[in-house]
Amino acid sequence: MSRTVRVAGGQGFWGDWPEAPRRQVEGGPVDYLMLDYLAEVTMSILQKQKERDPAMGYARDFVDAMESVLTAVAERGVKVIANAGGVNPEACADAVQAMAVAAGRAGALRIGIVTGDNLLPRIDALLAAGHELRNMDTGEPLSVVRDRVIAANAYIGSVPIVEALARGANVVITGRSTDTALTMAPLRHEFGWGATEWDKLAAGIIAGHIIECGAQCSGGNCLHDWRNIPALADVGYPIVEGSADGTFVVTKHAGTGGRVSVPTVTEQLVYEMGDPHAYITPDVVADFTSIRLEDAGPDRVRVFGITGSPATDKLKVSIAYKSGYKAVGSLVYAWPDALEKAQLADRVLRERLDRLGLRFEKVLSEFVGASATHGPLAGDAGRHAPEVQYRIGVRGADRKQVERFTREIIPLVLNGPPSVTGFAGGRPKVEEIVAYWPALVDKSVVQTHVEVR
Amino acid sequence: MRVRLVDIAHARSGDKGDTANVGVIALRPEWYPVLAAHLTRERVARHFDGIIEGGVERYELPNLRALNFLLHGALDGGGTLSLKTDAQGKVFSTALLRMELEVPDAEARTAGLPAASAHGP
Repeated sequence: MSRTVRVAGGQGFWGDWPEAPRRQVEGGPVDYLMLDYLAEVTMSILQKQKERDPAMGYARDFVDAMESVLTAVAERGVKVIANAGGVNPEACADAVQAMAVAAGRAGALRIGIVTGDNLLPRIDALLAAGHELRNMDTGEPLSVVRDRVIAANAYIGSVPIVEALARGANVVITGRSTDTALTMAPLRHEFGWGATEWDKLAAGIIAGHIIECGAQCSGGNCLHDWRNIPALADVGYPIVEGSADGTFVVTKHAGTGGRVSVPTVTEQLVYEMGDPHAYITPDVVADFTSIRLEDAGPDRVRVFGITGSPATDKLKVSIAYKSGYKAVGSLVYAWPDALEKAQLADRVLRERLDRLGLRFEKVLSEFVGASATHGPLAGDAGRHAPEVQYRIGVRGADRKQVERFTREIIPLVLNGPPSVTGFAGGRPKVEEIVAYWPALVDKSVVQTHVEVR
Repeated sequence: MRVRLVDIAHARSGDKGDTANVGVIALRPEWYPVLAAHLTRERVARHFDGIIEGGVERYELPNLRALNFLLHGALDGGGTLSLKTDAQGKVFSTALLRMELEVPDAEARTAGLPAASAHGP
């Protein structure tokens, strides 16, 4: 049997199950633990934290996760790859090293730090040099929101992670690496895949796509046969068993709950999919229409046939900018005629907002239990609901007006329609909106850097 | 014959900015051609008329027995801008599965499709 490399997915987003990383390294043999912490707006949250405290700006949960797997890393050679570095990978590495020292394992970690994705300090220079950083969705040039930009990071690929591994790192911490590169890089490193072996690189990317959302490919959030998915309380997170030829098996540790099957993997494959012919990454363009799945035994799915084509000469850039304020509040109305009461409350509240002269970019009312998620498609079953949650949100540029809105909800309990409750949370909080601006930049302007310490 | 999509397919949805994607997967291999023939871009656009603000794109993945739909302008701006409960488009999947398809009787019989009335009210 040819050699396989096991990459385990242990975290699908910042806030995922704290138990998962430890379960992945203790539940059976794995070679690499891959932890994905970054969503589209996470970098801006981290940027704000770093502005308040220069030693912050990374996913602090990662330090706890590292502590929970430290024995496996130190004694069994499991390697960890995570984009937990956020906007401050060096500080993240410092925190992890401090944790290891405190745990009496000072010499156990060789930490690779990948930087170079942060373009915030270079924005004006890039704009001046003619890089317009146009919004990929709207086509607008970045200059429109330049003064409100708070974070800008290029999505970087597998190359610097592979370099860190080649230089002996057993923990690799990156900033805004693509989620998929965290899985593809160790496979590429182990099997020595070249920069133009497009099919193999694409296979590694698709392996990454399958496990980057944690248990979402192993029975979590799975609609197919959901009632019969076993032991979700004990759900097993996914593992890729990769082979040198680019084929791989998706599985999970024996004895864990959940399920890995063709339907569970297929659901994850279509998650957040765009044009399936061209899944563009910094390393390769993967073709999802080439993927073949095959049942390979209990909780094992073989994946093969994947093709890829040359990468583009661009990198995607995730830019975050301040875009006004929002607040969302809610009340619960009870039978009889819960929906009608909630609808009357909405009319009353909107009239009061009008009389106060408050003007918002958007006011959105929803009736949870009747139509909040499926709108008119839900039909009129909500008319008979035992209770309906009235949920109203506003968005606008003026913080004071949004603040004023938040004071208009709870009074409805005494001065609006009857049979109302569910106000224990109090006045809703005003949130500053940090919006997402996807753009492209020439690959040549982004130089990544690897430090191994 | 009227067929409920929820009886012949499963689905998952997610977001990219203000666009929701819905992947619809045939529950049996022999039902994929029915989806491919009848779950058209136009049919889906009509289903979400008044619910989404933009257009609909459709992609075929016969290898996965799946169709992928992109629903533009579905998420009130998307991400952090959105005021919606479902700001990330997580349950557009089952909203699409509410659809019923009209499939010619002969085709439905050949594919062994379950009739909507079997589950109807």
